[in-house]
Amino acid sequence: MSETILKVQDIHKSYGDLEVLKGISFEVKQGETKVIIGPSGTGKSTLLRCINQLTPPDKGCIWLNGVELTDHKVDINKARSSIGMVFQDFNLFAHLKALDNVLIGLIKVKKMEKQKATELAVEELRRVGLEDKASSYPAELSGGQQQRLSIARALAMNPKLILFDEPTSALDPELIGEVLEVMISLAREGMTMLVVSHEMGFARSVANEIIFMENGVIIEEGPPRQLFSRPKHKRTGEFLNKITELYGESGK
Amino acid sequence: MSEINFIWYTLLPSLLEGAVITLQVIVISIPAGLIIGILMAVGRIYGNKFISLMCTGYVAFFRGTPLLVQLFILYYGLPSIGIFFSPFMAAVIGFSLCSGAYHSEYLRGAIQSIKIGQMMAARSIGMNRFRAILHIILPQALRRAIPGCSNEIIYLIKYSSLAFMVTCVELTGAAKIIAGRYFKYMEIFLVVGAIYLIVVSIANKFLNGLEKKLRIPGLEMGK
Repeated sequence: MSETILKVQDIHKSYGDLEVLKGISFEVKQGETKVIIGPSGTGKSTLLRCINQLTPPDKGCIWLNGVELTDHKVDINKARSSIGMVFQDFNLFAHLKALDNVLIGLIKVKKMEKQKATELAVEELRRVGLEDKASSYPAELSGGQQQRLSIARALAMNPKLILFDEPTSALDPELIGEVLEVMISLAREGMTMLVVSHEMGFARSVANEIIFMENGVIIEEGPPRQLFSRPKHKRTGEFLNKITELYGESGK
Repeated sequence: MSEINFIWYTLLPSLLEGAVITLQVIVISIPAGLIIGILMAVGRIYGNKFISLMCTGYVAFFRGTPLLVQLFILYYGLPSIGIFFSPFMAAVIGFSLCSGAYHSEYLRGAIQSIKIGQMMAARSIGMNRFRAILHIILPQALRRAIPGCSNEIIYLIKYSSLAFMVTCVELTGAAKIIAGRYFKYMEIFLVVGAIYLIVVSIANKFLNGLEKKLRIPGLEMGK
């Protein structure tokens, strides 16, 4: 496949005496979708936050397009603006209308001209199906709409990579589909995505690879077909069976 | 008849003169206090150890000592180390510093009530800490702090009467002088009380209106 966008090498992170990440290494190539699964408390969210340095790792290196983000000399704000992040509980800017949530990064970070930025933001809202909600505040939107808005906010920055931190876990079951639909179409358009999720239907249909993490290490990684049908580790099979049972296969 | 003449030609002009000074004092002290409050609250929460400690010390001093003592230090104390303020300046500086300490407490609570995810999301789109505080945290925190800060503003309007203690002749001071001269304490201070009540009522109405105007669904206190 094509070139490597993200390279994660031997990431360690501890909180006090508890080592959450114990040497994580993997790569994500241009246009790939990788899904990280694993029991809760395994360090999946911490790993995502280590990647964009919201939580700097204690040890290890991260490269984005050949630029080392773990290097202290790098302009981390600039680097972050090219890594989208979608949070479990949306974290939309509560005081800004939908359109302004998408606009603010363009204007305050990218210093884009207001008119051009607005055109772009409207376009991103349309992309996630929220063009008629431009003047609503986040609290006036449903959970699914809020999450789609937060995807639009990330997309507007024209990221090289989007990190999704359990994007559907806080949603009512009937709202999960609309968010997954947006994510699936992004994956098909060739967006590079790293997704922490237990939506197995999504993983099976769009993930190039699944990474199974437990207790701060990667147990196994490989294409979904391989992990589902003949996992190398017994534990991987057990876990996959359990969550498929729990979460079903919505979003397939 | 002489009563009316007294009120019209003697009392009202000097009270009016005092009221103008009072208004000048509060119109400068309110925004100055708010700015100091914002700086102190942000410094305490986001500053490094040193800045945070300085801001905490500031707030502890100005909330922990009587305003009158602060005014006396500014006006009567500082000249001994070569710093001189006019009565008006001493009052304005004293009120701004003190009011800032109280505002900072309301603002600190409001900032801490904003979910940590707001800061994370702001940083995730590439804002540095300063921008995130300026564009994301403060607009939300300030809205939540309006009820508390309004309270402090109302207090400030009333404790502006302490300016007279450093010889700044504002409304209360003007009234005291004229009441002493004509020995009409009851009448004059009833009028003065009424004037404060009117000013406070107007301020209250304005602040309530501001709170309503800036209200955003989902940003109410406690959410």
